[in-house]
Amino acid sequence: MRTITVIGASLAGLHAALALRTQGYDGRLVIVGEEHHRPYDRPPLSKEFLTGALTADRLSLADAEEIAELDADWLLGTRAEGLDPPSRTVALADGRKLSTDGVVLATGAVPRTLPGEPLAGVHTLRTLDDAAALREELSRGQVRVVVIGAGFIGAEVASSCATLGHSVTVVEAAAQPLLPQLGARMAAFCADLHTDHGVTLLTGTGVRALHPEPGRSAAADGGRGRVGWVELADGRFLPADVVVVGIGVQPATGWLQGSGLVLDDGVVCDAGGATPVPGVVAVGDVARRAGHRAEHWTSAMEAPAVAVRNLLAGTTVETYSAVPYFWSDQYGIRLQLAGTTSAADTVRVVEGSPEDRSFLARYERDGATTAVLAANRPRPFTRARRELSREGGLAPV
Amino acid sequence: MIPVCRLEDLPAGESVRLDLEPPIAVFNADGELYAIDDTCTHQDASLAEGWLEGCLVECPLHAASFDLRTGRPTCLPARKAVRTHPVSVLDGTVWVHVESAQPVPATAPHATAAGQGSAA
Ligand SMILES: Cc1cc2nc3c(=O)[nH]c(=O)nc-3n(C[C@H](O)[C@H](O)[C@H](O)COP(=O)(O)OP(=O)(O)OC[C@H]3O[C@@H](n4cnc5c(N)ncnc54)[C@H](O)[C@@H]3O)c2cc1C
Ligand code: FES
Repeated sequence: MRTITVIGASLAGLHAALALRTQGYDGRLVIVGEEHHRPYDRPPLSKEFLTGALTADRLSLADAEEIAELDADWLLGTRAEGLDPPSRTVALADGRKLSTDGVVLATGAVPRTLPGEPLAGVHTLRTLDDAAALREELSRGQVRVVVIGAGFIGAEVASSCATLGHSVTVVEAAAQPLLPQLGARMAAFCADLHTDHGVTLLTGTGVRALHPEPGRSAAADGGRGRVGWVELADGRFLPADVVVVGIGVQPATGWLQGSGLVLDDGVVCDAGGATPVPGVVAVGDVARRAGHRAEHWTSAMEAPAVAVRNLLAGTTVETYSAVPYFWSDQYGIRLQLAGTTSAADTVRVVEGSPEDRSFLARYERDGATTAVLAANRPRPFTRARRELSREGGLAPV
Repeated sequence: MIPVCRLEDLPAGESVRLDLEPPIAVFNADGELYAIDDTCTHQDASLAEGWLEGCLVECPLHAASFDLRTGRPTCLPARKAVRTHPVSVLDGTVWVHVESAQPVPATAPHATAAGQGSAA
């Protein structure tokens, strides 16, 4: 291959590019990214960046030297609009067409939003620009924050806002936060973390609508009006100065409609990241690998080396099957989860206790451990995570 | 020199974290003692809480692995070395000789291998 184009200039795209060079690819390497920034790290955006403990320059995923060594053509601030496999071209938003022999799809995911006209003061959190805008609003004195969705991002945002001294309410449609991911017992633990820190958690009710602040000139907010109230499905109204919508993400595949790729909650690919279209592989949050799509930092970093090996080989010679791993920092507690949980699992605390906010728990099914969850127990967690990898018997759900 | 602990309180496979500025982690790797800066060069995690295997320690957060002898990372996501510090044992007490707080060069190899203290 003489030209390989990576679409998406973030964690997975960068690691695909790095792996191509490490594996000896010395042809032309083009990296297309919609954002203006060079690859940066997202997890701190809801954590240390939001609280101000970390500044944007510390988020960079590659320094100037590493960028230079990569010897790539960076097309940043440029959105890819289409892929045409028969002619091997990528169409860019500015009208240009790139000819390429190989393609790495690494466009990640975008936040789900609520229906209706967007109001000022309503945020989602995926990009550095999103986080900077939110941080700016949180720096104007004490405000009332309503976080919609008590998933990992919502919980981290709530925690960061509470740390900054804001009054925070979290609204969750399910009966408990993170119920499908962690099961009832551990979901209760996560609920307690919010209330421990003075955050109000309202569960079992969705959001019906967001309403503008009455009596305020919409002109001041670019004609949109500014959020003032969150109306819940049960009829309650919550006053809000800032709203953060954390209701999940969807894979960024819209631009691939009509490309001939199979799109079904992500770009469908095999366990090695190869799509059915020759010369096209998918990595990171956008990839639905062997029937499963992860939204995890570690797999977005590790799987690209496997995918580009298959790209260079022209066929799947290697698969990526690491045990899924995810962490989350909330309220001073580091949660770590490895493996694949399901509703049928029995949860057994094997060290420490949830009451002490430090424990290791095993998820078990038919006598086998399917997953391990830890709160502030990094070392036993790592041991358990390694054991899980060694047993290797985890079927992706 | 900073006293760490009694040797018997740091058995093989264990580590201690010294609350210095910056913090330092001391390991007993199968009888050999090593000290390195405790904070992972990738992001904010304590290497004393990492997983020790041979003379490699795996970061508890994103699993970068560091060679305790050189401080250098053996895999991503860490790209910079941690500083290493000589360790010695005197009359059953473990001591670390804290190197001056100069940052480690990003890629240049260390001038000397890490000081090692034998726990034997
Ligand atoms: C706030 C936040 C906190 C997180 N915290 C954790 C955590 O604690 N632990 C954890 O394991 N994971 C966490 N994650 C998830 C982790 O960051 C993601 O799994 C990871 O970023 C995925 O990397 P990616 O490269 O696949 O996709 P992304 O990081 O989403 O990057 C995709 C890139 O592609 C670009 N792009 C999209 N479409 C196009 C197009 N058509 N043309 C050109 N460019 C395009 C986008 O602009 C973006 O820059 C967090 C994510 C967020 C947002
Ligand atoms: S903090 Fe150590 S590997 Fe990331």
